[in-house]
Amino acid sequence: MYQTDYVRRMKPEGSGLYGGTRWQGLSVDVPLLVLLLVLAGTGLFVLAGASADAPAYVFRQAVYMGVGFVIMLVTAQFSPRFLRRWAVLPYLAGIILLLAVLVVGTGAKGAQRWLDLGFFRFQPSEILKIASPLMLASYLGQRHLPPRFKHVLVSLILLALPAIMVGLQPDLGTAILITAAGLFVLFLAGLEKRYIAGAIVTVVAIAPVFWLYLLRDYQRQRILTLLDPQADKLGAGWNIIQSTTAIGSGGLYGKGWQQGTQSQLDFLPESHTDFIIAVLGEEFGLVGVLGLMSLYLLVIARGLVISVNARTMFGRLLAGSITLTFFVYIFVNMGMVSGILPVVGVPLPFVSYGGTAIVTLMLGFGMLMSISTEKQRN
Amino acid sequence: MRDNAFKDPRREYYLFLSRLGFAVFLVLLMVGGILWRYYHLQIVEHDRFATQSESNRVHVRPSPPTRGLIYDRNGVLLADNQAGLTLSIVVERADDLDQLLKELDALLGLEAEELDRFKKQALRRKPYEPVPLRINLTEREQSLLAVNEYRLNGVEITAQLVRYYPHAELFSHLLGYVGRINERELPELDPVRYSGTYVIGKTGVEKFYEDQLLGQVGYDYVETNARGRVMRVLERIPPAVGQDLTLNVDIRLQQVAYEALEGERGAVVALDVKTGGVLAMASRPGFDTNLFVTGISHKDYNALLNDQDHPLFDRVLQGQYPPGSTVKPVFGFAALETGVMTPDSTIFDPGFFRLPNSTHKYRDWKKGGHGARIDLHDAIVQSCDTYFYTAGVKMGIDSLHYYGTKFGFGEPTGIDLPAERGGLMPSREWKRGVRGVSWYPGDTVNTSIGQGFMLATPLQLAVSASRLANRGEIREPRLVMKVGDEPVASPVSDKPIVGPPEHWDAVIEAMRDVVHGQRGTAKIIARDLNYLIAGKTGTAQVVGIRQGETYKAEELEKRQRDHALFIAFAPADDPEIAVGIIVENGEHGSSTAAPIARKLFDTYMAITYPEEFARVPD
Repeated sequence: MYQTDYVRRMKPEGSGLYGGTRWQGLSVDVPLLVLLLVLAGTGLFVLAGASADAPAYVFRQAVYMGVGFVIMLVTAQFSPRFLRRWAVLPYLAGIILLLAVLVVGTGAKGAQRWLDLGFFRFQPSEILKIASPLMLASYLGQRHLPPRFKHVLVSLILLALPAIMVGLQPDLGTAILITAAGLFVLFLAGLEKRYIAGAIVTVVAIAPVFWLYLLRDYQRQRILTLLDPQADKLGAGWNIIQSTTAIGSGGLYGKGWQQGTQSQLDFLPESHTDFIIAVLGEEFGLVGVLGLMSLYLLVIARGLVISVNARTMFGRLLAGSITLTFFVYIFVNMGMVSGILPVVGVPLPFVSYGGTAIVTLMLGFGMLMSISTEKQRN
Repeated sequence: MRDNAFKDPRREYYLFLSRLGFAVFLVLLMVGGILWRYYHLQIVEHDRFATQSESNRVHVRPSPPTRGLIYDRNGVLLADNQAGLTLSIVVERADDLDQLLKELDALLGLEAEELDRFKKQALRRKPYEPVPLRINLTEREQSLLAVNEYRLNGVEITAQLVRYYPHAELFSHLLGYVGRINERELPELDPVRYSGTYVIGKTGVEKFYEDQLLGQVGYDYVETNARGRVMRVLERIPPAVGQDLTLNVDIRLQQVAYEALEGERGAVVALDVKTGGVLAMASRPGFDTNLFVTGISHKDYNALLNDQDHPLFDRVLQGQYPPGSTVKPVFGFAALETGVMTPDSTIFDPGFFRLPNSTHKYRDWKKGGHGARIDLHDAIVQSCDTYFYTAGVKMGIDSLHYYGTKFGFGEPTGIDLPAERGGLMPSREWKRGVRGVSWYPGDTVNTSIGQGFMLATPLQLAVSASRLANRGEIREPRLVMKVGDEPVASPVSDKPIVGPPEHWDAVIEAMRDVVHGQRGTAKIIARDLNYLIAGKTGTAQVVGIRQGETYKAEELEKRQRDHALFIAFAPADDPEIAVGIIVENGEHGSSTAAPIARKLFDTYMAITYPEEFARVPD
């Protein structure tokens, strides 16, 4: 294990900001924990502003968050080495569950995403948002970098398998996130530029095929709507018109907490879930948007620091991928609600209502903490 | 760890760092893009979106004003507003309009005309404006709708004031009625003033005073949610209630007038001589104006239209009858004024009149004639035709036309009601213009007893009686006494009929003796009379009687009998009230029309001087 020793020598450890700490025997990254708690509080506050009947949502969301933080802290206690060694298990489990969904899953709005376990319904695709990068980081972390052709090929297969299955459900948003998370691992692992160039050429080449044969009507519609929301004001364009109106009418300082007419009067659809950034934009204005973005950037900065400081390449790749994927959530969500990206089902982390998304996020942050505190383990 | 021997951790780490660096660069770029987008929406285009968001939530709803009420001169309510429920549809909120209408049809049984009206109105609505389908729901309809409301998206039941006429039939033509605004009226209306108002005055006072009765529309600025439900009222500009009207009409006189015509077709007008106010104005048969308020059904409407008594026809303003002998006081006055007669000059009446160089006999109504030495007084009291043939021919048509017009014949009186007709006071110009032939002396003979071409409305008869009573003062009759608290003046012409008192005395004394004289044609109403009435009977031929034929009333169908007319005023020595009466096919003015005047005068005197005269009939 000389490479870890080498790295340790290269980056002298400080305590506090640059590294995680052990706190009463627990592995906790305090800066990250503090940031996430602030973020969670902010999210609950914005959610409470989304509508007059929000208290019920806020309470359940708080419970989800509590569960999420517990999951994060528990995950943080596993060593990166353990995670790397057993990465294949959640990956395989996820694949099997995805198969199950395709066969017996229940759906909503024409998509099969849920697995109903009687007492509990969940989306196996969520697991793979974490399991895929974990699997790839585990795989590539042990290889020569930049990865050779064979390893790139294996990685792509490992990635394509869940991505395609999720895409078939169809859940384009999650498929994109899974793909992004995996590609980040490959990219950070130093994937050679010729592969990157090749991939870009391939994507451009198959895009028409994708458009014509693989996208469903409603997905195509969403992209068309993005180009001209006014074309179908009351149908597909409604969401975008109302969300941009909400954001735009907020101005610099917003209309005030719970004073957003677009959301309070139900003009804004999905105001508790995917479109909640419009509530923030309407009620707190550009100042609110900048504030939330700053919080996100601090979390991302912390994640990148953890990634840089990680002792193993596995840790670096996983931490980097998790952090960048977290950013993709934010980018896609804020982009789609403000009308510059097509509407795909991507929630805004820590603000959108929904338990599954929180659990997945917290699993990722738990792994970040695990990586962050590795050097202090024995 | 197969590849360990070949791994170069330092190189791999820097490769990772450079990739991470590039990723950070991309992240910052994308953050910049996102923030630029939000900056654009929230700062650059803020005004546009703020406006859009406001127009999303704030809707302006007109709140219609309450229509002014109408009272009689004593404050008896004649036109009321009663709360009723209206079924409207907000088209934007209906899931499927055709389906909704089908379901409503199944529930309530919609009529084709209702649907028609609704669809036409729906085309012109503003967004989210409720379009009325049925006004004044019955209790049964209300409960049917209440039970099914949950599946009738877009249906709105609102309380609305609906016009109600407590004495509908009594005042049917006079008050008129309000009804739903139709397409012909709509282009003429101010869309702002009438937003939220669905009815308009169609006839009578309701139409003439529409402007005053309507009031001013108010507005509610309401906040609605995405489904159009009103969440709260942001601002309310209350509507201004329309002005109340007080009529000159006394409901007790109106009642007497209308009841006196029971079983007849006819018209009665009573004017206040001193003010020009209309004290009573009845056309019989009347009809229930309340039927029209919420939209009359085809069946009811056809029944009214096809009734051979024509109840919808306002005889007072639109019925044009030959005035017959009721014009004799007017033409008698004209004879004195033109000098062709003096109060003392007499004629011999052999029972007919012959024009010079003609063998044609213009007969007097009295076979054998009224005899020798008939002066103006006798001629009016006994209604001698020959006297007036003689005087008329002497004066010529130009003088008859001049004085006839002065007394109100041949042109609308200018009363405050719509659709008044002017009758006909014939002249040389008129005959040349309309008939294309010149005036013959024979035409003058006919005109001089109110026959021939001459036509008058019952209102004109009353006006002529009023001008006689006033000794020449020319006043326009007025139905409305006050608009709100503002009195309505009856305009007085600055060119009154001027004549020496002895001429007026001669005519008025003769009229008094029509009632009070031994030989008066209306002496039948003088029994137990303790005040003085001046009057003149008249009979208007419905069927022309050919030369040489005797007139036998019994042989004619009832509907071909003569019309009975009467004009009068009282008290004769200081007139206060003047009347014009016509009873269609009533045969003799003396027997059918004059008693109605007596009843009206008795009532008037009892109301006005309760101590001197009999008690007020209820």
